[in-house]
Amino acid sequence: MSQTVTATRALSYLEDGKTLRSWLLTTDHKRIAILYALSITVFFFIGGSAAALIRYNLITPEGALRSAETYNRLFTMHGVIMVWFFLVPAAPVTIGNFVIPLMIGARDLAFPKINLMSWYLFMAGGACALYALFAGGVDTGWTFYAPLSSNYAQGHVVAVVAGIFISGFSTIATGLNFVVTIHRLRAPGLTWYRLPVFIWSFYATSVIFLLATPVLAITLVLLSFERIFHVGVFDPRIGGDPLLFQHMFWFYSHPAVYIMVLPGMGIVSQIIPCFSRKELFGYKFVVWCSIAIAVIGFFVWGHHMFVSGQSPYASIVFSLLSYFVAVPSAIKVFNWLGTMHKGRIHFNAPMIYALGFVGLFTSGGLTGLFLAALAADVHLHDTYFVIAHFHFIMVGGMVSAYFAALHFWWPKITGRMYPETIARGAALLMFLGFNFTFLPQYILGYLGMPRRYHSYPPEFQVLNVLSSAGASILAAAYALPLFYLTWSLFRGERAPRNPWRATGLEWTTDSPPITKNFLVTPTVTSGPYDYNDPHTKLADV
Amino acid sequence: MIWKLLPDASSSAWETDGLLAGLTLVTGAVLLLVFWLMLVYAIRYRDDSPIDRGKIAEKTFRFEISWTIATLVIFFGLFVWGADLYARLSIPPKDADQIFVVAKQWMWKVEHPGGQKEINALHVPVNTPIELVMTSEDVIHDFFVPAFRIKRDVLPGQYETMWFTAELPGTYHLFCAQFCGTDHAAMIGQVVVQTQSDFANWLAQNGTSGTLAQQGAPLFIRYGCSGCHSGNGTVRAPSLAGLYGSPVPLSDGSVTTADDRYLRDAILQPKRQVVAGFDPVMPSFAGVIPEEDLIRLIAFIQSLSPERPR
Repeated sequence: MSQTVTATRALSYLEDGKTLRSWLLTTDHKRIAILYALSITVFFFIGGSAAALIRYNLITPEGALRSAETYNRLFTMHGVIMVWFFLVPAAPVTIGNFVIPLMIGARDLAFPKINLMSWYLFMAGGACALYALFAGGVDTGWTFYAPLSSNYAQGHVVAVVAGIFISGFSTIATGLNFVVTIHRLRAPGLTWYRLPVFIWSFYATSVIFLLATPVLAITLVLLSFERIFHVGVFDPRIGGDPLLFQHMFWFYSHPAVYIMVLPGMGIVSQIIPCFSRKELFGYKFVVWCSIAIAVIGFFVWGHHMFVSGQSPYASIVFSLLSYFVAVPSAIKVFNWLGTMHKGRIHFNAPMIYALGFVGLFTSGGLTGLFLAALAADVHLHDTYFVIAHFHFIMVGGMVSAYFAALHFWWPKITGRMYPETIARGAALLMFLGFNFTFLPQYILGYLGMPRRYHSYPPEFQVLNVLSSAGASILAAAYALPLFYLTWSLFRGERAPRNPWRATGLEWTTDSPPITKNFLVTPTVTSGPYDYNDPHTKLADV
Repeated sequence: MIWKLLPDASSSAWETDGLLAGLTLVTGAVLLLVFWLMLVYAIRYRDDSPIDRGKIAEKTFRFEISWTIATLVIFFGLFVWGADLYARLSIPPKDADQIFVVAKQWMWKVEHPGGQKEINALHVPVNTPIELVMTSEDVIHDFFVPAFRIKRDVLPGQYETMWFTAELPGTYHLFCAQFCGTDHAAMIGQVVVQTQSDFANWLAQNGTSGTLAQQGAPLFIRYGCSGCHSGNGTVRAPSLAGLYGSPVPLSDGSVTTADDRYLRDAILQPKRQVVAGFDPVMPSFAGVIPEEDLIRLIAFIQSLSPERPR
């Protein structure tokens, strides 16, 4: 982007090039983050529409959609889109992409062209999956269990799998980029223990991207071979083992849970100290808990298979390890509470979203203890209890954290302030709507309602109707930010450099930042949460 | 009410409910603590609260250590509780009555030892340990009885077992819990728990042309098993009399037990576990013998060990 005018003020990244071409061929991490943000928002609303139809179907015991086939394709689409095209990439490729270089005082990621390539891979994978899902779809569930997916299911299994396979390379590229950037491009003086927990969390996430995603790729290739050539890896009739698929699938898909939630932990570790005006409690513990989660998270996949026919001895070991992986998460929750203790707490929208994350993540994590307890899992496995549990973690927790980050860095990203009052209202509505939707599902699960049921015995109707009612509130809460954030792009108040008086290098540059992020490379001389002036007031509180 | 919707109908249901209650108490207490602290801090330490913050804790180390250890201890307790019950659920009692279950898209086929057949229903007597020996003809299914608090995946190509003792006569839901294709939600049925006399009546009324073992005897000849295994054939093969439930020395030096799973594998994949002292000459019967005939053959082989009640 050649600058023909020698301006006295450097152009912000938003003004530096106005053509479509300047966006589609950009290598600026900030612009790529915007491209990603727009794409995943589209995927979020497609996946959300599928969820709305699912909840609509479950209002009546015989299934309001009439066709079981349609319902099965809908929940598969919901799962595939939400997991691979929203939850896994959401925080890293948007928030991480935008904030990481700014936070460490770098001009860009280490490999800007690979960053752009990853967006194109993501879009290619997304197009492939969307084509398949709309051209007829698949009815395997997002888990693609063999031999159902390999030999029995109708539909475009291979095309959907190919879409996931391609987008997997996009996340691998992003992970690689982050790891190298965090190792190589930190500003002078920014030692490892001066890094914000946000950076540590995204670092841990990137390592999981790099180590787990290739296993998913292998699994999906084998599944496609099985389906096209009948090679007999998973099909027991020709000597394959259906449990092998589950082992390989969960070896990726369990760490993928931490891909989704670790960034959320990083995000709230920035927001809670800022709005409590206090240093993060137990910084080193929080840092090493992130690493511990990433490491132990690789050894707990078998807890998805307690009733699958895997050896009971393996199940017992996986149960114990699953309890171990929950310990660092619990420690983090206590540290966030410790940060609030004796702070000066401001309730801006990012803080409300962050507290929503802490509450919902804790609830979801604690119900994980039920599923890690072997005999309890024998009853609860594959029921709505599991659905409620992982939606608390991923939707209640992760989506809250994503919105927290979006509001927190919105002034930095767009140069505009969002409307505070309505944003607080949306944050509260999201928390309430979420609980209203998913709390009844815990009870449904205990009562034995299996997941992925198009129709169900009539005694489950009351709770299902309650859940669907909650879902309509939740849908409204998700639509609100779409409107007021869009409004703020045009009518929002101009944002100052540092509206939250937050620490961190990203707040020392312009809002929105200039293309090169910093005019002078900053030098760091202190820790990441230096909120030692207790009487600082936030700009607008 | 919830407790009316989901009765405790098996011997383990009470124990699972106890575990679930324990978990609910622990998580409820932690959740209460977290939300209560958030609320208290939000009010006490809100920005315009004039309260004296005093000295902020500098040494965080001892807090970290204490809540880490507390969490570990509680979690370990929950782990042991859940694992103990699971381990006991994994081992069926020796005197359990066997019932065979064959799943397919989208129905449950049940075969009683007396030859009675049912579809999408399972009749069992009260207070009798029952072991289900289950397999699938196509994809993975899952036999789930919420009133018993148990479920187990039913896989193609192998036997999975699950046991229970029903304690409360009544009719309960049977669900397929593993997504198995289009009509997954229609793959449901009933588990009918009857008193001993009602169950005996039911068996008598649904009597057939013979027990599974009796039906297996002609199959044993038709599939050619008797040619080698009946003792007077030309090929030297292990005798099957008294085999079921006894230890079998294998050619690789190890010893296994001749249970249902072993017999199934020995028929379908005979070269995998060859009996010590014999040549691996038996051909595979995979794809030749359908699941329902396999059940009858195994029942027949079981009947050759009369001293074992199973």
